[in-house]
Amino acid sequence: MLGRFPALAGADLEVETGEVVLLSGPNGAGKTTLLRLCAGLLPLRAGEAEVLGVDLAVEPRRVRRAVALVGHETFCYDDLTVAENVRFVARSTGHSVEDADAALARVGLQRVADVAHGRLSQGQRRRLSLANALARKPQLLLLDEPHAGLDEHGRDVLEEIVGAAPAENRTVLLASHELDLARRIATREVRVVGGRVHPIPPAAPEPAPSAAELAAAAAVAAQAEARA
Amino acid sequence: MTFFRDALLVAGKDLRIERRSRVALQQIVPFGAIVVVLFAFALDSDPTLLRQAAPGLFWAAVLLAVLLAVGRSFSIEEANRARDGLRLSGLDGGSIFLGKAAAVAVEMFLLEAIVGAAVVVLYDVSIHGVVILVCAAVAATLGLAATGTVYGVLAGGLRARETLVPLLLLPAVMPVMLGATRSFQAALQGAPGDAWPWVQLLVAFAVLAVTAGTVAFGPLLEEA
Repeated sequence: MLGRFPALAGADLEVETGEVVLLSGPNGAGKTTLLRLCAGLLPLRAGEAEVLGVDLAVEPRRVRRAVALVGHETFCYDDLTVAENVRFVARSTGHSVEDADAALARVGLQRVADVAHGRLSQGQRRRLSLANALARKPQLLLLDEPHAGLDEHGRDVLEEIVGAAPAENRTVLLASHELDLARRIATREVRVVGGRVHPIPPAAPEPAPSAAELAAAAAVAAQAEARA
Repeated sequence: MTFFRDALLVAGKDLRIERRSRVALQQIVPFGAIVVVLFAFALDSDPTLLRQAAPGLFWAAVLLAVLLAVGRSFSIEEANRARDGLRLSGLDGGSIFLGKAAAVAVEMFLLEAIVGAAVVVLYDVSIHGVVILVCAAVAATLGLAATGTVYGVLAGGLRARETLVPLLLLPAVMPVMLGATRSFQAALQGAPGDAWPWVQLLVAFAVLAVTAGTVAFGPLLEEA
């Protein structure tokens, strides 16, 4: 609910393990709300939601431990360094300092490990958010506009992380307006409009050319060659 | 064990932030000291009155500084929506409460040591009954930190947080103010027998505040 208005109404979405699902749709459609709901940050006022087989209304804390959300904000402390922020996330979710350091290395932030979060650039903050998410070793990764603020290298890092998700048995829900980039890494797309989820059928493959079309194309090519 | 380990993790995080930002050392402690100095200016025409009022003035200064410490403890959770990060961690609300209250308490002990020294020097107070003073200070500080942390999270998500916390907290900690002042008065006057009942009140308040905070903090964090 946003105030008195339902942010999501009749949203129905089922995602298989290892899928990378792109949520597309206009601003205010409910994409961020859906992600925050899946993360257990918003209460379920009506309906049912099961995340990773856990009833969200009954055990939101169990859901939170198994998911990671990369949102518009970093959830970090300005006065802690990059390494301290990631280590705090790892330890508070039952993981080790080594997991935190490995996550930092994977997003390429070791060089700024001792820099305070408050001094990072926008792109570095986004990568730190990704590191925080990885340090939790989540089964479900929720990405809200993950391309925003990332430079080319950052986008490569993001593509590598999302691309490796199926092999790591990790499911990804991704909301983005940068559709060209997002479609490159998504295995399925659904459109969120007015709080409802609409599946988008996969594009039909191009039909194979007929024999007549092939013959006509060959004739055109031969004529062009003769003129040359 | 995990519960207390998580509390230590949160306390360590908060104290590291304070050590790095130096807000407690450079703003909250000087604020407490300035309040003590202002009282000295206001009452310096009557040194006897100043000595007699020293316990009350000391705890009034501490109480005002607690408001700043609690506000600071929750403002660091508001920046970058770190509060959501805490919620996402899945840490037990009770362990988050204990960690944050412990960090506030540590800052308050530091403040009390410095402000106490200022009171001794400026108000010309002789120290008696050190054991009672320490027991009363520890119990009062735990009570203040625990109550402040509960009201801090309660007002956390509100726009009027800065004005609402004092409004809610000050009436709630009246028993602490009363018990701490009376026990300090009795100790400084060399009447420890009169001080212990007040120390018992402080201990009871601290136990109640810590217990209630441990139970209530999680739901309050979700609702704020």
